[in-house]
Amino acid sequence: MSVQLEPNGRLRHLLTTEGLPREMLTRILDTAESFSGVLGKSVKKVPLLRGRTIINLFFEPSTRTRTTFELAAQRLSADVLNIDVATSSTSKGESLLDMLRNLEAMQCDAFVVRHADSGAAEFIARHVRPGVAVINAGDGRHAHPTQALLDAFTIRREKGPLEPLTIAIVGDILHSRVARSQIHALLGLGAGQVRVIAPRTLLPRDIQRLGVRVYEDMDAGLEGADVVMMLRLQRERMRGALLPSESEFFARFGLTEKRLERTHPDSIVMHPGPVNRGVELDPRVADGPRSVILRQVTNGIAVRMAVMSIVLGGYSDATETGLEESPS
Amino acid sequence: MSTELPDVATLLDSLATSLNAEFERRDIGSPILVGIHTGGVWVAEALHERLAARSPVATLEVAFHRDDHATSGLKASVQSSDVPISLDGRTVVLIDDVIQTGRTIRAALNALFDYGRPGRVLLAVLADRGGRELPIQPDALGEQLELPTVQRIKLRGPHPLHFTVEEDAP
Repeated sequence: MSVQLEPNGRLRHLLTTEGLPREMLTRILDTAESFSGVLGKSVKKVPLLRGRTIINLFFEPSTRTRTTFELAAQRLSADVLNIDVATSSTSKGESLLDMLRNLEAMQCDAFVVRHADSGAAEFIARHVRPGVAVINAGDGRHAHPTQALLDAFTIRREKGPLEPLTIAIVGDILHSRVARSQIHALLGLGAGQVRVIAPRTLLPRDIQRLGVRVYEDMDAGLEGADVVMMLRLQRERMRGALLPSESEFFARFGLTEKRLERTHPDSIVMHPGPVNRGVELDPRVADGPRSVILRQVTNGIAVRMAVMSIVLGGYSDATETGLEESPS
Repeated sequence: MSTELPDVATLLDSLATSLNAEFERRDIGSPILVGIHTGGVWVAEALHERLAARSPVATLEVAFHRDDHATSGLKASVQSSDVPISLDGRTVVLIDDVIQTGRTIRAALNALFDYGRPGRVLLAVLADRGGRELPIQPDALGEQLELPTVQRIKLRGPHPLHFTVEEDAP
């Protein structure tokens, strides 16, 4: 039984892109497209979530993700509260639930949760009272669904439908919640071919089972790719001898202009940020004409608006068709 | 129970006539037609042809301005608004297929003003089925319909435009 989907198909929480039906993934991107139009107007705000309260609950620091969630909520006219909880891995259990009850008592409608532990968002989703939505803003190595959705949205805007595309995800797949969510979202949306490129030490075992092609050689993996999605090297998560050095990583898996020549002539380069310049990406590529990294940031606002407006809509009268048939 | 459904082309003709009379009465020169997604856009395009209007048809998605988001949620297929020209000081004709409660038009008026300050706004509707919950009335109308409250009428299209009626589950 899915925690995030109700039996009638309504999205109650967004915890992971894994298992989301294609119609729901498409619906989120289509709704984001409409919000992109809103963000291009002189009045960049709609009254959709007026009177609703959204709490950004960040147990792990992240300026960009938190800021775009905050802006998205404000563009929807919701009230937003930011709570940065000093990270203490032992403070989960009872004290987390205590904190939740207190925040719920303030009549909030949604939690946006980032946590260093995999499964934290789902844990919170299982314990909130009915009608409160949870959006996962990154949990441990598990998932980062809004990042994956904004990436898919960016690809669709830049390259059109995903079916004919070859998409290569490069870097530390093992520690990356972003990669996992990207793979589920892209395959769920029918992407033609998804490749992962990484040294064996940074590849999860059984990764092929997800439906991706695995390359340990960068040049081979980039051949003909329409989209190159670089991952951030998770230095803070790298313990032990998974890699000899960052410079060797760059030599084998860094994206340079030379390597980019192997991709499709119209290929685009993406990165979830913040970029470790000279580790994953040559600065000339990061700031070059193929890079859509800043557009990803812009698109992140529209996609998060779409997710918030979908999970916060229609709780008390959960009809699948929604407004389609409501009296005009 | 079946209801005789009106012919869309006939209604479009009568709406165009009614709108032209209104333009003449109020001395309106070059209005901007704004269709509300989805049915209203089809009506606006058909009217654009009949009225030989000069400005392109603008379209409005009102889903983000509705008052029933918390209960009914966001509809599955949200479209994008497209207002390619400035509305400031212009006469805007807001166009929809069916009016019932008036809530869609309330939402549309709010959405419209996010794009500027029109000089004047008129409302043109293909079919009025009654049941208003807000003080909003069309300035030009195709036809007044009498429908049992359990029935919903909906414009389908775009080719050809036709009405369908669905009955609410009891």
